[in-house]
Amino acid sequence: MTSISFDVAHLLAGSMLVLSFLLLYQDRITATLNVFALQAIMLSLAVAWQALIQEAPHLMVTALIALTVKGFVIPAALHRIVRRLGIHREIEQVIGGGPTMLTGLGLVALSILLVMPVGQGVSLLTREDLAFALAVILLGLLMMITRRNAVTQIIGFMSLENGLVLAASGAKGMPLVVEFSVAFSILIAFIVFGVFVFRIRERFDTVDVSALDRFRGERSDHS
Amino acid sequence: MIAPLDAILWIPLVAVPVLALVTDYRLGAALNVFASFLTLAAGISLLFVERVRTDVFIIDDFNIYLVTLTAFVGFTTSIFSATYISHELEIGRLTPAFLRFYHALYQAMIGAMNVALVANNTGLLWVGVEVATLSTVMMVGIYRTPEAVEAAWKYFILGSVGIALAFFGTILVYLVAQPVLGEGLSAMAWDKLVEKGTALDPKLLSLAFVFLLVGYGTKVGLAPFHAWLPDAHAEGPTPISAVLSGLLLNVALYALLRFKIVLATNPETLDVGAIMIALGLISLVFASFMLYRRRDIKRLFAYSSIEHMGIMTFAFGMGGPLANFAGLLHMTMHSLTKSAIFFAVGHIAQVKGTQRIADIRGLSTTHPVLAVGLTFGVLAIAGLPPFGVFLSEFMLVSSTFARQPIYAIILVFGLIIAFGALILRLQSVVFGEAKGPIGKVKASYIPLFVHLAFVLIAGLWLPEPVVRWFRAVAAQLG
Repeated sequence: MTSISFDVAHLLAGSMLVLSFLLLYQDRITATLNVFALQAIMLSLAVAWQALIQEAPHLMVTALIALTVKGFVIPAALHRIVRRLGIHREIEQVIGGGPTMLTGLGLVALSILLVMPVGQGVSLLTREDLAFALAVILLGLLMMITRRNAVTQIIGFMSLENGLVLAASGAKGMPLVVEFSVAFSILIAFIVFGVFVFRIRERFDTVDVSALDRFRGERSDHS
Repeated sequence: MIAPLDAILWIPLVAVPVLALVTDYRLGAALNVFASFLTLAAGISLLFVERVRTDVFIIDDFNIYLVTLTAFVGFTTSIFSATYISHELEIGRLTPAFLRFYHALYQAMIGAMNVALVANNTGLLWVGVEVATLSTVMMVGIYRTPEAVEAAWKYFILGSVGIALAFFGTILVYLVAQPVLGEGLSAMAWDKLVEKGTALDPKLLSLAFVFLLVGYGTKVGLAPFHAWLPDAHAEGPTPISAVLSGLLLNVALYALLRFKIVLATNPETLDVGAIMIALGLISLVFASFMLYRRRDIKRLFAYSSIEHMGIMTFAFGMGGPLANFAGLLHMTMHSLTKSAIFFAVGHIAQVKGTQRIADIRGLSTTHPVLAVGLTFGVLAIAGLPPFGVFLSEFMLVSSTFARQPIYAIILVFGLIIAFGALILRLQSVVFGEAKGPIGKVKASYIPLFVHLAFVLIAGLWLPEPVVRWFRAVAAQLG
């Protein structure tokens, strides 16, 4: 039983990491959104599995929230935004695909090196989950840095939050309060992002964040 | 009779929907002041009732003082905000619809900060800081100019990355505590974590602290992670700059210090003090040099906030009764002085119609009262006697000289550089030939001068109970 539970948890968390890499080299917004939805679904499976093996039914709620909100509602809403704004075109990347993937590999190695050796009091499964989660978080961060487009930055941020939820679910018996708050904060984050996307659109007729780069540090005239 | 603890959480919570529904902006502003006043009253009465300690909330010497300070600055800023926004409405930078939003967010921010401060739970603390951050993000972007949107975006991205890393650190702390304290809420409670500190796994705890330091350190505005801070201060409404500098940075530092207390109980963990000393000194020296090249007056004082957060972080990193005392005093004095400066700067920018330092001249002839307020504020923040900031900086420098002379030299160097920059700018703004509009100003002077009076009194004479209280907290901080 233990070995199966271990293997499945490993598989699910591992697939999330693979999907993170997939996210890194997508060059179309719609494709990125689909991959993100897939990652969210994988997350809900991973959390549900944790609920099973930890015998913690409240984690099912978290899994359900991840599935409905991040797996379906948010991607659907973002698809709509993308369609309405007419931005199916390619995403500008600050750094090319190759170097980004290499950096990503480095980040995964880093997170394994950081998490695995410490905390002998914590079970191996938890530590592995934690290493995976940290890798997903760092890759999300990398995605936010390497993309210029506002929508892809949002996806990067949500992918980062996926990693956080994975980490939280791996921590045995962490109170529900926290998971709920994570779900809640994602919701708020989404609202905020929505507002920003529209404001940015309104002001610049583009969702390319680099359009904001004209403003650097100091204002040149009063406004 | 409602318990004060419930009151400081419920008043803002009730005020948020009410303010969102009030359409008349004057009524909204008045209600905002009223709600802030009630929160202040509850915060002060917290001092006189029995200390609460449950699984979820805790009141001790450390946070009770910050709750009171937060409520006080929140109240005075709401008064300043009322006059500030009516001018913004006149010139059309804000619309009544946005003001409903603004007032509701203001209360949301105050409420979230109170939650973060009184939480006896690492997770709840995180929620508080996150909600407070998000509400300030929205307020920074409220003018909707390209600059404001960029500032809010930058603040949002950096703030959420920081907050995400802090959350990962929080999970790690739970994992450390769970084998010792069992599953559930108790493994996230401050008092239990401190009690059982020696039994916690030192390596994992140290790793957790690194994430927490980067996470909450971003919110404190420490030097390598500070990029959001000047933009957010310069482009948002000035009342928000005042509470950002005066309160939110403190709350983030408070979070870090709570974790530092936990780590301090376990001698095998990493030397937190040394890291904080390094980050503090880097922030101080970096920000001091950056002060010279500022052309925007709000940006200037934002960098000054980075400088002072650096000083506080350094003080708490040094540790020991004297340095901690100085750090706490500095936290209080900086909150009061910096928000007072932003009150003055807000009115000055409104009356002159610009934030460019070069376009603001001869204030002493055109607007003498504001000029006096700004001058006293800047002299206080630059660390001149007899103000309270001088007292805390003097204590810090002298205690550091006795222990680590090299650090003290760097500290003094940073302070002198910053002093020069501030005085230079002050001179050009206040004196010289008058430039720009000389129209009359509708300003609320009371919050400005009340804050300055407190800073002056603290510099001349610290009341005995306050000293005793700070000593107790300094001992708690170790």
